[in-house]
Formats: sequence, C-alpha cells, structure tokens
Amino acid sequence: MTWQGVLQIFVLLIIILPIGKLLSVYMYKFLDGGKKTFADRFFVPVEKKVYRFLGVNPDSEMSWTRYLFILLAVNFVGFVILTVLIALQPVLTWLNPAHMGRVPFWTNINTSISFVTNTNWQNYSGETTFSYLSQIWLTVEQFLSPVSGICIFLVVVRGFARSNSKTIGNFWRDFIRTTIWLVIPVAFISALVLIALGSPDNFSPYVVAHTLQGGKQIIAQGPVASMTSIMQFGDNGGAIFNANAAHPYLAPNAPSLLFQLILGMSVPVACVFLFGKMIKDKLQVKPIMAVMGILFILGAFLMYHYETAGNPALAAHGIHLASTKNYEGKESRFGVGTSTLFNNTTTAVSWGSVAAANDSMTPLGGLIPLFNMMTGEVIFGSWGVGMVGMLAYAVLTLFLAGLMVGRTPEYLGKKIESFEVKMAVLSMIIPSLAILVLSALSVAITSGQTGIFNHGPHGLTEVLYAFSSGVGNNGSAFGGLNAASPWYSATVGIAMLLGRYPMYIPLMAMGASLAKKQRIPVTAGTFPTHGILFTILLMGTVLVVGVLIFFPALALGPLAEQFAANAGKLFG
Amino acid sequence: MENESHKEISGRTKTQSLWNKDLIGFSLRQSVRKLSPKQLMGNPVMLVVEVGAVLTTGEMFRYLATSGQGSNFIFTLQISIWLWLTVLFANFAEAMAEGRGKAHADELKKMRTDSPANKIVDGKIVSVSSSELSVGDVVVVKAGEVIPADGEVIQGIASVDESAITGESAPVVRESGGDRSAVTGGTTVLSDEINVVVTAAKGESFLDKMIALIEAGVRKKTPNEVALSLLLSGLSMIFIVVVVSVAPFASYSHTHVSVTVLVALLVALIPTTIGGLLSAIGISGMNRLYEKNVIALSGRAVEAAGDVSVILLDKTGTLTMGARQAATLVPAEGIDVPALARAAQLASRSDETPEGRSIVSLCRDQYGVTGNFEEKEDLLFVEFSAQTKMSGVDYGPHQIRKGAVKQVAEWAGEDIEKQLSRAIDDMSRAGSTPLLVAEDKKILGAIELKDIVKTGIKERLSMLRAAGIKTVMITGDNPITAAAIAEEAGVDDYLAEATPVSKMEYVKSVRSEGYMVAMVGDGTNDAPALANADVAVAMNTGTVAARQAGNMIDLDSNPTKLIDIVEAGKQILITRGALTTFSIVNDVAKYFAIIPAMFVVAYPGIEALNVMHLTSPKSAILSAIIFNAIIIPILIPLALRGVKYKAKSASNILRKNLLIYGLGGLVVPFIGIKLIDMVVTTLHLVSLAK
Repeated sequence: MTWQGVLQIFVLLIIILPIGKLLSVYMYKFLDGGKKTFADRFFVPVEKKVYRFLGVNPDSEMSWTRYLFILLAVNFVGFVILTVLIALQPVLTWLNPAHMGRVPFWTNINTSISFVTNTNWQNYSGETTFSYLSQIWLTVEQFLSPVSGICIFLVVVRGFARSNSKTIGNFWRDFIRTTIWLVIPVAFISALVLIALGSPDNFSPYVVAHTLQGGKQIIAQGPVASMTSIMQFGDNGGAIFNANAAHPYLAPNAPSLLFQLILGMSVPVACVFLFGKMIKDKLQVKPIMAVMGILFILGAFLMYHYETAGNPALAAHGIHLASTKNYEGKESRFGVGTSTLFNNTTTAVSWGSVAAANDSMTPLGGLIPLFNMMTGEVIFGSWGVGMVGMLAYAVLTLFLAGLMVGRTPEYLGKKIESFEVKMAVLSMIIPSLAILVLSALSVAITSGQTGIFNHGPHGLTEVLYAFSSGVGNNGSAFGGLNAASPWYSATVGIAMLLGRYPMYIPLMAMGASLAKKQRIPVTAGTFPTHGILFTILLMGTVLVVGVLIFFPALALGPLAEQFAANAGKLFG
Repeated sequence: MENESHKEISGRTKTQSLWNKDLIGFSLRQSVRKLSPKQLMGNPVMLVVEVGAVLTTGEMFRYLATSGQGSNFIFTLQISIWLWLTVLFANFAEAMAEGRGKAHADELKKMRTDSPANKIVDGKIVSVSSSELSVGDVVVVKAGEVIPADGEVIQGIASVDESAITGESAPVVRESGGDRSAVTGGTTVLSDEINVVVTAAKGESFLDKMIALIEAGVRKKTPNEVALSLLLSGLSMIFIVVVVSVAPFASYSHTHVSVTVLVALLVALIPTTIGGLLSAIGISGMNRLYEKNVIALSGRAVEAAGDVSVILLDKTGTLTMGARQAATLVPAEGIDVPALARAAQLASRSDETPEGRSIVSLCRDQYGVTGNFEEKEDLLFVEFSAQTKMSGVDYGPHQIRKGAVKQVAEWAGEDIEKQLSRAIDDMSRAGSTPLLVAEDKKILGAIELKDIVKTGIKERLSMLRAAGIKTVMITGDNPITAAAIAEEAGVDDYLAEATPVSKMEYVKSVRSEGYMVAMVGDGTNDAPALANADVAVAMNTGTVAARQAGNMIDLDSNPTKLIDIVEAGKQILITRGALTTFSIVNDVAKYFAIIPAMFVVAYPGIEALNVMHLTSPKSAILSAIIFNAIIIPILIPLALRGVKYKAKSASNILRKNLLIYGLGGLVVPFIGIKLIDMVVTTLHLVSLAK
C-alpha cells in the first residue's frame, strides 16, 4: 500500500462532505424548507405545467397509505411501459444502427425490475443487447427510480420531524420537485463535464477498427456521456457497456473517475445532512455521519490492504512475484488503490457501478463489497433509502440500549413502541432472509448449481454476492454466475423486489406511526443520541447484526477460501 | 407457602428470602408442568428450544439403534439433556417469580371468605351472606365484625384493623365524609359502629383485583414487553433461517452437518437468556412494588412510572412533616414573653391537634412554662371551628383565644401594632403560619407555626433532578408561602392555591407538552387530576373516588413512595434491556465456538477461528450449549431482584450498564465456554478427536 492510496480515501470524504452539505441546503429549500431557490423562475413554470398535465394538486397533504399507493402505482406503470418497450425492440427500428433483435423474456423482466428498483443489475451486455432507443427507455427509469428513493426518505424522516400529524406530505410535489430541481439539471451539467473529460456522446453506428496485429475490432458507440452522467448521479450503476466504469469511454482517465465518484456520493451524503435540517437538530447528523464514514474508510482500507497483499496461494505454491499486488481484473489506468476505492464506494453506496472485476479480488478483498451490501446498504446507501436503513438500525439500537436507561426507548423525541419495533424488525428480516434463502436454494438445486462457474467456496461467494446485490438494490456483479439463465433472472428479480418494497414499506409505516406521536421533551433522563457513546452503539449494531446473520455463510464462502488459499489449496 | 412471607409488623416492607425451601419445591414442580407446548406458546424463544430438544432426542434414539454410532450417541445424549435443562431453567425462573406472587395472593385469599353481613332493608337490619350483597346496599358493621365488602362509610366513625392488607398493625380511623371514608372488604372494625354503602360487587372488589393482579395468571404483557417479545421472536426467526440455510451451504461445500449440531447452533444463537427470564423480570417487578406495599393495578402503570418526567408532590405530609410545628413566640409591644407563653400554653392545653401539642412543648422547652396554674380546675376549652377560625380557653372571667391573625384581631377589637404586624408579615413570607394570641380583648403576640421540611427530602429531589425528573409541589398555600417552602425543599416548581380544577389543568398542560406525569392523591378533590395523570397513586386511606381514579394504590398511604415507584419502574426496564443486550452479544463467542467446530472437516484452515482453543468439535459445541443453559439459573437472582438503579443522568446509567452487560456479555462467554471445555475435556464427556 502507498500513502497516496490510503490518502485518497480521506481526500474523497473531505471533498464530498462540503458538497453534500451544500446540496442538502439546496434540497431543503425546494423540499420542506419552503424557501425560494435561485432556479425557481425557470423551474416553477415547468412544475406548474406538469401538475396541470397530470391533473394533480401538489398542496393537499396525503396519508402515508395514499402516498405509498401512488408511489407504487408510478413504479408499476414505469415497469409495464419499460417491459413493453423492450419487447417492441425488434419492431421499433429507429435509433437501432446495430440492428439489435429480440430481448429474451427473462432478461426483459429482470432488467425492467432492475431499473425500476434503482438496482441496475444487468444480466446482459448493453452493447450487444439493446438498441439506442431501448437504452433511452432504461435511462428514463434511471431518472425516476432514485427519485422514488427520496420520496421514501421524506416519508420516514417526516415521521420524526412532525408530531401529532396524520399526513406525511404530497407525493406529486416531492416527486416532481426532486426531478425538476435536482435530477434533470445536475444530470445535464454533469453530462457536459463528462464530455469535457473525454467521454463520447452520439447515436453513431458502431465503429470497426483494424488493429495493428491485423485483427478486426468493433467499437460500440452511443450516448455514453449522457447515460453515464445519470447512471452515476442517480446511483443507478447500469452502464451502456458491459465493462461499466472500467470501459475507456465511460471513464477515460482518473479525473473522470473521481468526478463520477463525487457525483454518485453527493446525494446519499446530502441526505444525511438533509435529515438534520428536516428534524431541525443538526447534532443528530454527527453520529450517523460518523458511523457511515468510519465503516466506509474501514472498508476501503481493508479492501486496498487485501488486494495489495495479494493471493496467498501463490506464495504457498512457491511462486514469488516482484509485487504481491493482485492486478487481475483491474484497469491499469487506475491501479489497485483507485480500483478498490471505487468498488468499495459503489457497494457502500447502493450504486453498483464497477471499475474492476470483483470476481478477481482476493477472498477477503471480495468480502468487503459483499459485506457492504449485506449491512442493508446503509453506509451512505442509495438516494434516501440508505439513510432510511440507517434510521431503522438507530431505532433498533435505541430500543435495545434505550431500555438500559430505564425509560421506554425514544429516538428524536418519539417513543419506540411495539409497532415501530415490529416494522424495523420486519425491514431487517426480509432482506436477510431473501439473501440466505435464495442463495441456499441456488446451491441446492440443479438449475442454480449449473449457473455457478467456479467450484468450491468461491462459487458460494458468487451466489451470495448476486443475491446481496439484488436485495441491496445495488446492481454490481461479482461475476462468475450465469445471471442470464432463467433461474437467476427470476430469483435475482425477486430479490430486487424484496429488497425494495417489502424492505422499505414497513419503514414508511413506521414513519407514519411516528408522525402521529407527540414529541417528548429532552431531559437529563433522555438517552443522548448525539455523542460518541451512541456512535459506538450504532456502529456496533450494524456490524453485529450483519455478522450474526451472515457469519456461517461467509465462513463457508470468502473465509474458507482465504484459509484454503493460505494453505495453498486450489479448487478445480 | 404462607410462611415464607415474613411480615415485619413494625416495618413497612414484607421481605422474602430468595431461596426458600417451599418456594423452590413449588417452582421445581411448576417448571416440569410448564414443559407443555401449550404453556410455552407465550414464549416463542423457549418453544424453539423445546422443539430442538425433541429433535435431538429423536436423533439420540436413532444413534442408539445404529451400531458404530457410540460417540455420536453420547454427544447427542448430552446435548439433548442440556437443551431440556435450558427449557426447565427458564420455566423455573418464571415459576420462582410466580411463586413469590402466589404467596402474597394466598394470604389475601384467606380474607376473601364469606362473612355475615347486616344489611339495612327499609330501616330494618337483615342478616345476609356477604356474597349476596350488591352495589348500593347499605350494611351496618359493629366493633369486632368483618366489613363484608368494599364500600364507603356514610355514617359514623370507627377504628379499623387493616393489617391484613397493609401489614400495618396500628388501626386506622374511617369516618363518613372527608377523605378517609373508603373501607375494604375483609378488614375488621375494632371499635364503634359504621354504616357502609357497598361500592363493589362480589368478584370485583379491591381484594379480588389485588389477588388477580398478584397471581400472575391474569397478567397481561405490558406494552414494552410486547415490543421486546416481538424483537426476540424476530431474531429467533432470522436465526432459524440462518441455521436452516447452513445445511445446503454445507452440502455444497461437501460436508455434512448433523441435525444435533444444527439444533445446537440454533439454540446457541436465539436469545434464550432473555427469553427465559423475560416474564420473571416483569412478575418480580410487580412483586417488588408489592413488597413496598404498593399495588399496581396494571403493569402498564409500572412501566409508565419509569418514563415519568414530572412528579407532583403534595406539600403537606410529603415534603413537610405534615403537621406544622410551633417554632417561636413573638410578643406584642409592652407584653413580656412569659405572659405570652403562659397564655399560649393555657389556650393549647386541651388542644389535641399536633399544632396544639407543639405549642405546649415549645412553651415548656423554651420558655419554662410547665402549666401548673391555679386556674386549671375551671378551664373550659373552646374548640376550633371553621367559622371562627380560632380556639382557646375560658377560665373564670377570662378568655384566651388563639387562631388566624385576622379573626383573632377582630375578636380582640384591636389593631395589631406595627412591630408585631411586621413580624407577622415576615412569618408569612418565610412560609410559616402566624397564629395570633389574645386575652380578654388584648393582643398578646404571635406564635410562628413552621412547616418543617422532612430531613433528606432535598437530597432525594436533587437526585431525581439529575435523573431528569422535575418535581412540582402542590399546595393550598398562597404563592408567597409556597415559594418559600418550595425553595427550602428544593422542588423545581410549585402550584400554589391549588384547587381540584387547577390541579387537573396543571396535569393536562404538562402532559400536553409531552411529559409523563405522576401524582399522589387521597381526596375526592384529587380524583380529576389523578384520572389525568399517567401514574396515579391513590392512598389506601383515600376516598373511593380517588382510589378509582388511581392506577396504583399505596397501602401505607405514604406519599414519598412515589419516588420508590418511579425507581421500581425504571429498574424493570433496565433489567430487561441489560439482559437482552447480554443475551445478544453472547452470540459472538458462541459463533467462535461452534462455526470452526462445524466446518473444520471441510476446510481445516478454519481452525484459525477457534480462538478459544477448544479441544474438539464435539467438546466445543457441548461447552457452548452448557454455557447457554447454566447462564439462565445464574442470572435468576438478578432477574428477580432487578439491576440496581440509582437516580443519575441517562448517559451515566447507560455507560455503566453498557460496560457491565454489553462488554461483559461479549467477554464472559469466551471465558465461560473455555472453562467448561476444560472440564468437559478433563472428564472426557465426549469424543476429544479433532
């Protein structure tokens, strides 16, 4: 490891914190702050036209069930439209210079779920599957699915911010404003930045190049900069090309990759600050930011460390290289440090873009991104929902530890009673069970087993990773799995749905229940939730819950592989 | 059973020894009876353990029938035994708690026998059985008779022996009107005769409710218990899936994990420690209150007590000694002190109120007036009345009066001279009550009656403040007096010139700010405020209205008890939280014992995770299960007694408990399992083959 490699982890956080903070100020203004922003004179007329077109009233407050119903309806309509448009690809010949044909049924369903749930799991290669037109349909969902996450966030946080309230906001207002004020302008500007940094943006036919060795290479083209901009800003992670951020068109150089890192982290970090603004208590931001930050640094550092230490099996077999660094599957443009930082970031943030092949990591190096996702994507997480997941952990932490101060546990002045506990536990059970059950089924039945390309513990890791990525709505792939097979298309599809709706609906219900409650004033008898003690407790809960649930599976996957590699054992 | 509750007649607490022969015998029998799955339905964690025990027992017989499985048989036999013991230990804990409650209930039940009642029907007395009485009936109870039902005295005054329910041997006075009119069925009239109107039908009396509450049978889970049970069930569900998924993961890894080992892993992971002790904690919390002579009419109220952040305390009797005590004599100008003292002593000699007695002793101790006056034969005592607001004595032609300043001055027909008037104002400001003394139309001076704040109150209140609890004094005094006493007692706020309406409004306004309120009341005028408070403690001596408005009843009628109640409520929650945390963090060590043992055959390198260096896979798993089982009885005393609580700030308490139960819970099982493994190895209980 070099000091520069370690330093850049901290540099990234130092850059992203003020950006997130500034963004939260802006977001608060156009969301719940009721303040004017500099852009209002452009956006307000557009906003009004949209409301008129949809025939909705943005000012009427909704109950959480109504809010949820519309949210689900919008998501479902998006899913149906996407499925139909993808199915129509052979018919719609416009913007299809490479003559892409029919998309397999399971790939269509899987992809539609994937893009609607903000997962962007891709069991296909974009450049050999979709026409430019279909890519545009996918991009539309990349704009809308992160906004759904912000809506979930707003409902839950309003639960803490409001008291004695039966309503939880207006879906249309939250949804449309976030789209107009935030998603579209930032995506537009950052696409221009990406073009400036060297990414192409066109609808040209694929270019055929003749290599020096006399070979023929087809170089795929497309609206790379515009698609990459929203894919990274919206923490979607579903790229136009299969190689994702490792593709030279997506990230031609290190500055471009750094810009994309900042882009993807900006809203998740801003959501933590936004939470503090909405509950009008900035002190509460500290422990949550600290837990996310420490887990982030820990992950990035360990991953970098294991990849630098390299594969112990080599030494065990008497192979000694000049450098132990594990270069397999990494881009020489970025090197080990930046590649691991990028992959740690995109799994901590429920994002899923990759700049290096996870399948080629050392066992423990691969364990880090896997564990990042197994925590429920709360290390910053995706737009809004990462923060919501962390709040669920906070509720559980306070319920357990809060009893120890001799009062009915409370968080941010709201009592945590059986309904809140039930909902928080439910949101924790569903994703964990989905990962374990679907993985167990996959290694137990033939159609699952045949899709695993590697034997031994590495194969188990590949399966665990796929379902953790699906449930976490992350979308990054470990690789080594026949993800396009009907079995994995269907089961990962189920995982993505379980990790989105059944996981967050209980938390929205919890938010609504909290909003109805009265606020309890703070006294010396109140459990302090802004100090170091709470930071340690919250981090402990995230880690202990993750370890307790996944330890046996991880012991047979990455841990067993590492121990075997130490002993020089190989798996055919 | 009855013997194990040692009532100390003089003391106020009924202490029970924790390890009593009868109680243990009862608990042992109960713990076997509670093995019935129907009984365990209420405790999902233990139900899982029992199902696991059945599975391993089946496995054990399978190994017994198969040849060459000797080592597996011995292992599975021992695992099964320890799993059954785990359930029995948990049942035993619950039975212990219930047994202690049952002993109290049995005592009370003895009072609930039918007794003859003299019912008044159309002015005639008819003898009926107490079970035939209904609400609204009027009965006459004479000296030596048992009061047949709960009721209110509507005529007469009597002294009543309530020792059966309060444990207090001194008889109490019950009289019609006022705040001491409620009587409890089953208590005995010692003197005089009273007419009582029945207020509770058979089966719904105070005694019945008390018995039902103390007998844990009808005990409903409290809201917090429900929430915690949900969390524990959720965790158990997760761990069932974790363990079930291990089987396919293991077979994918070309290794076989036996049912016994899977069950052992499951039982080790699910929170058995808290699952086994949860109901014992709740029951014993109610019992602890009972031992302090407080009957909580619902578990919810006990929990709410822990959440209270504002306590309303009556000034008189709670913060102060109750009766005001004479402190000084201030003569009027031109009157010498001995003359004033003589008059004051004379006027108070037949005054049997505590105030009157305190004047006599002040005159004797400080002014040497012993009362050997020649006129004593002719003394004619004039009683205090609400109209005149004064009392006094007539002897011969002379008249002495003492009483409220305004009234006595009017009686004397004289203005109070300037200096004395100023002294009297000073007394009021300081929170004292001035009494004016006059003889034969001449003002002699004033007596200062001081409300003396109880010793130790200030310290106790400041501890509550540190724990975030605000104390408010309720008094009928004027604001000036109230402020002075509030300052002396160290309360945070006061409500002066309190009326039933202003008390209720105060409770409502504090609650609307989000605070939970506790208060004590005895009179009918307290009832509206009690009904609005979260924790409402009614004095047993109080009126029926007050008792019905309250959710707890203090049998000793000691208002300071409110502080004990709050602490008891907190103690229950702390004990639950501490044991839950302990139980969950225990899992870390158990994983390090069991996981390497399970997978070492498939991946020998995983032995590196065996950080405790346990001898063999079988010894490791058995040791973890033994630890898991014996930790329950080890913690029974803690569950029954509760984690110690001292009023301190939340962060202080948390830091301490986290260190003991959080960090302790992480470290202790590593040591415990290692020690057990050493014993298992030494005794060669299972195969020690790696």
